[in-house]
Amino acid sequence: MAKFNLNINGKSKEVEVDAATPLLWVLRDHLNLTGTKYGCGIAACGACTVHLDGVAVRSCQMPVSNIENQKITTIEGLSENGDHPVQKAWLEHDVPQCGYCQSGQIMTAVAFLKENPNPSDPEIENAMNGNICRCGTYLRIKAAVKTAANS
Amino acid sequence: MLPKLPFFKTKEPKNQSKVFIPSRREFLKISSLVTGGFVMGINFQCAGPKGEVITFAPNVYINISSDNVITLIAHRSEMGTGIRTTLPMIVADEMGAEWSKVKIAQAEGDEEKYGDQNTDGSYSIRMFYEPMRLAGGTARQMLQAAAAAKWGVDVSECSTENSQVLHSSGKKIKFGDLVADMGKMEIPKPESITLKEFSSYKLIGKDVMIYDAKDMSTGKAIYGADVDLPNMQIAVIRRSPVVGAKVISFNDEKAMAIPGVNRVVKIEGAGNPPGLDKPLEGVAVIADNTWAAMKGRDALEIEWDLGENQTYSSSKQLEEMLKSTTGDGKLRRERGDFKAAQRNAGKRIERTYLAPFYAHATIEPPAAIAHYQGDGICEIWAPTQHPQWARQAVADALNIDLYNVTVNVTLLGGGFGRKSKPDFVVEAALLSKAAKSPVRVQWTREDDLHHDFLHAQSAQRIKATLDKNGNLSGWNHHTVFPAIGATASATELHPSDGELGLGCIDFPFDVPNIRIESHESKAHTRIGWLRSVSNIHHSFATNCMLDELAEAKGEDPVDFLSGLLGEDKNLNFEGEIKGQFGNYGESIEKFPLNTGRLKRVIEIVAKEANWKNAVAEGKAMGFAAHKSFLTYVACIVRVEKGADGKLLIPEVFYAVDCGIGVNTDRIRSQFEGGAQFATSLAMTSAITLENGKVQQNNFDGYEIIRMPQSPKKIHVHIVESMEKPTGVGEPPVPPYIAALCNAMYKLTGERIYQLPFKA
Repeated sequence: MAKFNLNINGKSKEVEVDAATPLLWVLRDHLNLTGTKYGCGIAACGACTVHLDGVAVRSCQMPVSNIENQKITTIEGLSENGDHPVQKAWLEHDVPQCGYCQSGQIMTAVAFLKENPNPSDPEIENAMNGNICRCGTYLRIKAAVKTAANS
Repeated sequence: MLPKLPFFKTKEPKNQSKVFIPSRREFLKISSLVTGGFVMGINFQCAGPKGEVITFAPNVYINISSDNVITLIAHRSEMGTGIRTTLPMIVADEMGAEWSKVKIAQAEGDEEKYGDQNTDGSYSIRMFYEPMRLAGGTARQMLQAAAAAKWGVDVSECSTENSQVLHSSGKKIKFGDLVADMGKMEIPKPESITLKEFSSYKLIGKDVMIYDAKDMSTGKAIYGADVDLPNMQIAVIRRSPVVGAKVISFNDEKAMAIPGVNRVVKIEGAGNPPGLDKPLEGVAVIADNTWAAMKGRDALEIEWDLGENQTYSSSKQLEEMLKSTTGDGKLRRERGDFKAAQRNAGKRIERTYLAPFYAHATIEPPAAIAHYQGDGICEIWAPTQHPQWARQAVADALNIDLYNVTVNVTLLGGGFGRKSKPDFVVEAALLSKAAKSPVRVQWTREDDLHHDFLHAQSAQRIKATLDKNGNLSGWNHHTVFPAIGATASATELHPSDGELGLGCIDFPFDVPNIRIESHESKAHTRIGWLRSVSNIHHSFATNCMLDELAEAKGEDPVDFLSGLLGEDKNLNFEGEIKGQFGNYGESIEKFPLNTGRLKRVIEIVAKEANWKNAVAEGKAMGFAAHKSFLTYVACIVRVEKGADGKLLIPEVFYAVDCGIGVNTDRIRSQFEGGAQFATSLAMTSAITLENGKVQQNNFDGYEIIRMPQSPKKIHVHIVESMEKPTGVGEPPVPPYIAALCNAMYKLTGERIYQLPFKA
């Protein structure tokens, strides 16, 4: 067990965990930030996506000891009132079905749009390739990403 | 005993003499039961400690408080269909509640109180559209009566809107201000309720956004594993690698040495057959946190007696199954004389179709939380499609009273039939009792794929005959796949009547000689039901064969199918089906198979897709139509080769007749998602077993389509209809797979006889 100081959603949090613990489980089990989801544990589905200094990473494959001073942003910290342009676009298109993968989809989309504010369809598809939606909301995700890009 | 499966649903009234004395709910009075499992007439009032807020509930689905908060109860599980929104929306529309301010609360599992809660078989809307309107209408009628009495006016001059009763003079009163008066009123009888005219609905028949959309977009929505209880421990289980395997011995020394690991507990499985509601044999590691439990589980050393399934190979079984279809099988439907048709045939065509085992792979792997509180009381939080079955299974496993088990239903991160089965809930209950604390059982993705209740692999052989004029004169369909029932009973060697009623014996075409046969196969793994169940493989074989027969006849497939449906009529298969025709639990009189409705969706989809127009070189279209779960669907898929040589699916067209379209946006979303789901089944996903073990471990081995491979546009035409509404969760899947395969043939010149196909 070791102590780690993490900057999460603008707040400093201390946790005492096994150094190999993936950030995903630190968030979920130790900090009660359950908006970040477990889907596969091998970085193959994207449900656990969070931002490290604004870059989308799969938290299930990120040992907590690898994080230094980077700022961690989870879905809970994306906006104060759920009104980030991407979240607003999500509501406009009524994207979710079961909703479970949507935190990860939104976190991937937000990081992507920061890098590429005016993406083409194939660029969106490639950017979202790492996020599985088993319900198949892909078309509405794509539409919402475009709406957010235009806003 | 087999549980009631969705398509075996019986509708006889429940035993009304059953004593219901739940100590926690003695304020409830059950006065009547309506067939269909809907409880009406429950009347309760709760005053706050000093009478601040009084609530009035004219029935179990509606709660009005004196501060005008309307809370509607969702009693079906939300797994992505939008049902948690759509059923309360019906109530709200009928009663005149202000939808944007309505709150929705999720019901716990309680059959006496809520009626059927088994969210499966695409029947929530079909079963509850009328009862929900009746519930809303009862409340509205009472509110209007209470206001009329208060104002001293005739009730016919009163209406409701925005959670207020309005009088024709312009007077208004909030629902909440009538609560105290309503508590003194008699609940009107269902037959005295006048429902609104359809044209006056403001929500029903429209696009309504799901209630949980904002929570789902902000990380606030609560799924199974998100529930946190004080002193909760986490369990991860090593389950029998081969179904039926038993633990001979285990060494937990290394597991217990991992910091955070507190306890190792053996779970006894049912052996063979494994059962539909029992846990698999296993050893659980219980720890302070998920990571420690996972590491502890990996450190377990277990010696297994792998049992009778350890030599099982799914590929070998599939070969044997296919071979078995060459002989005569068990006769399941007969019309005319197929063998005579064969003798007199101008042309005979025989084809075989193979489909693999599929896993559900819900994006949320199973997880459940149990708190065994001692004294035979247990509370559960779980993403379950069937809270009542979970409740019963937990009561049985712990040998405690059903009424002392509370099952709280969280949101489900996908269900598709997997989360009907309560095995994972029972695990949590057993482990909470052993650990003397609340326990969350967390399945990993590997656990989910290794230990699913799989959609059965299948082999089919269809022999068809064309007469001297080229008309289809004979249809002989052989089908073989391990039955769902075999998971609970080893003597089940043939698919049940229910499973064959899903796209096989309900073959709706005017062919004079029909012979449908099933063959024996054993289950060597757990078999369950997956979104549209055996319609998946039956529609694949039937619709691909019909496409080939149209070609043999030299006719357009759309014209061929429409022609084969003959005159508009209701089919009842009288005297032809050997055994029961399930008709998805509905009587054939109430929900007949109407060939005209199927023809209509075929006609619409062909028009919308410009089917008759020539397509450019390198592009193609395929077509199929299939009725399932009492909903009529036709589908056209367009395909082309992309620049990189990979397959592109630029456009999908659906026409659907599901009767009244209740929440049209959610109908479209089910079809959009259904096409994506079916693309995975057709092209990327398959489970295989060797030495009795599932060979796929995670999403790298069991692939789900991703955005780049997904169909690019999906058009859904909802037929305007005033027929009784039917479900849409499953019906998008069956016709899509065949339409895609038929399109592939047009594109490549090669027919597809085995799923999944690579392109």
